Amino acid sequence: MAGAAHLLSATRLNRLFNAGELSAVEIVEAFLNRIQKVDPKINAFITVAGEQALARAKKLDARRKGGAGELGSLAGVPIAVKDNICTDGIRTTCASRMLEEYIPPYDATVVERLQAAGAIIIGKTNMDEFAMGSSGEHSAMQPTRNPWNLEKIPGGSSSGSAAAVAAAEAPAALGSDTGGSIRQPAAMCGVVGLKPTYGLVSRHGVVAFASSLDQVGPLARNVEDCARVFEVIAGPDRRDATNAGRYPQPVKLGGEPSLKGVRLGVPREYFGSGIDPEVKACLEEAIAHLEELGASVEECSLPHTEYALSAFYIIAPAEASANLARFDGVRYGYRTPQAGTLNEMYEKTRQEGFGAEVKRRIMIGTYALSSGYYDAYYKKAQQVRTLVVRDFATAFAKYDALVTPTSPVPAWNLGEKMDDPLQMYLADVCTIPVNLAGLPAVSVPCGMAGGMPVGMQLIGKQFDDPKLLQYAWAFEKTTSYHEARPALDQGGQ
Amino acid sequence: MALTREQVEHVARLARLGLTEEEKEAFTVQLSRILDHVNRLEELDTRNVPPTYHVVALQNVLREDEPHQSLDRDKVMSQAPAAEAGYFKVPKITEG
Repeated sequence: MAGAAHLLSATRLNRLFNAGELSAVEIVEAFLNRIQKVDPKINAFITVAGEQALARAKKLDARRKGGAGELGSLAGVPIAVKDNICTDGIRTTCASRMLEEYIPPYDATVVERLQAAGAIIIGKTNMDEFAMGSSGEHSAMQPTRNPWNLEKIPGGSSSGSAAAVAAAEAPAALGSDTGGSIRQPAAMCGVVGLKPTYGLVSRHGVVAFASSLDQVGPLARNVEDCARVFEVIAGPDRRDATNAGRYPQPVKLGGEPSLKGVRLGVPREYFGSGIDPEVKACLEEAIAHLEELGASVEECSLPHTEYALSAFYIIAPAEASANLARFDGVRYGYRTPQAGTLNEMYEKTRQEGFGAEVKRRIMIGTYALSSGYYDAYYKKAQQVRTLVVRDFATAFAKYDALVTPTSPVPAWNLGEKMDDPLQMYLADVCTIPVNLAGLPAVSVPCGMAGGMPVGMQLIGKQFDDPKLLQYAWAFEKTTSYHEARPALDQGGQ
Repeated sequence: MALTREQVEHVARLARLGLTEEEKEAFTVQLSRILDHVNRLEELDTRNVPPTYHVVALQNVLREDEPHQSLDRDKVMSQAPAAEAGYFKVPKITEG
């Protein structure tokens, strides 16, 4: 069993570890072997923390044998962590030259919480630089490839986290989601991804992109595992001033899968002209299935949807331009070797340390915040954000959740949209409004389009994360989409 | 709305961001296109709409003024590009 441990779910691995049927060392070795075998093709990891993971596994095994009692709901479970989440003593690069050698002196709160629950950090995953991008191609390292088709993008920006889970290099992973960066790659790689309610998961130790939008969340191969990781990482943290200061309600999964009495809205703006016909067909079938499960389904409208994207591409770069001012070559990270004056040091350090997409966003954000443009761009965008928030509030007066595609299109070819930043931005149209309103949303597999996975997005009210997971679980239990595995897995690998 | 090359250079200076000649050229075109797209916001009447800067009700977080463990200084300073005697070292910042 130890040899195929990489194919097991996080929940199963935890049970087998607790029962003494698999040691943590056996589990970690199985995943390290798997990574060694498939990651040269996929490139999901920037750093594999093999030595640290094995050392921790040995300690867990000793504690279990010593009868230490309950070791935690993730005891013995390897987790991959996006490389913008700080890990004490393990390099954290944000896939940027700027932080290529950076070793954080502390753990992010989410990492502390994972470890307190017995999880083992197996490595740090590839991403778009500083989480800015929708394809993974803005990594300053090699781009991650989609395990379903190595010529396709895995989605982004949590590219490596989604690809690692899809390729069974980890049973679960952490990602971060500012405009869709957990859900969109989860959809494109055929795994489950949850973007929690804003403030429910601590951002302490997560390298900031757009602070009013960023949220950390789990990716896994099924809803149960996703919920398990979510329950570990969510909760109060005084080191994050925007933390909601509360725990979520317990996630209750199990029993007869049913959506009886659940009212679902289908916002028509998410099925507009930009949607791929096969993606649309998958969603129509999924919605019919939700009805069969007992949900009442009705078409509805979120009239400001088309403006959400424009508001986002002011707000996110504006916050990013302020957050990224800290990368100045003084306290940590890269510094240009050729600095004369202090100003030259700043300018050259940032010129050499940042990639093209990060520079573009710093430029847009600085422009939108600059004297004379603040009201026209930044304030206007925040007013439109209010309209987006109100659209959702109106819908949630009638519905328990909204159903949409996660991405209007399946994964595209590597390189296809690299010359046209605006086309790349437009791919985030279904996920961005959710961040603007701080809502929870989960993406679950719901079929295939052109041989690539399609995701269904369920959007809920703030703090309804557990309900969304219950709905997603009922859907998953009565469908087999999530059981499909990339060809990489064939031949008993 | 078309940005000029001078505007691009001005914004880059504000951001303390060095750009190559090629980047200046590319950004002048790309940023103009992105701004054109976001200018659609002008279609919306927002005269009586308050801005949403944050979706959670933010308030100051207070705690008792008690000393607690902070990060280890040597560990922190080990990440500095240049340091001396517990200080960050930078190029000379005064004239003359």
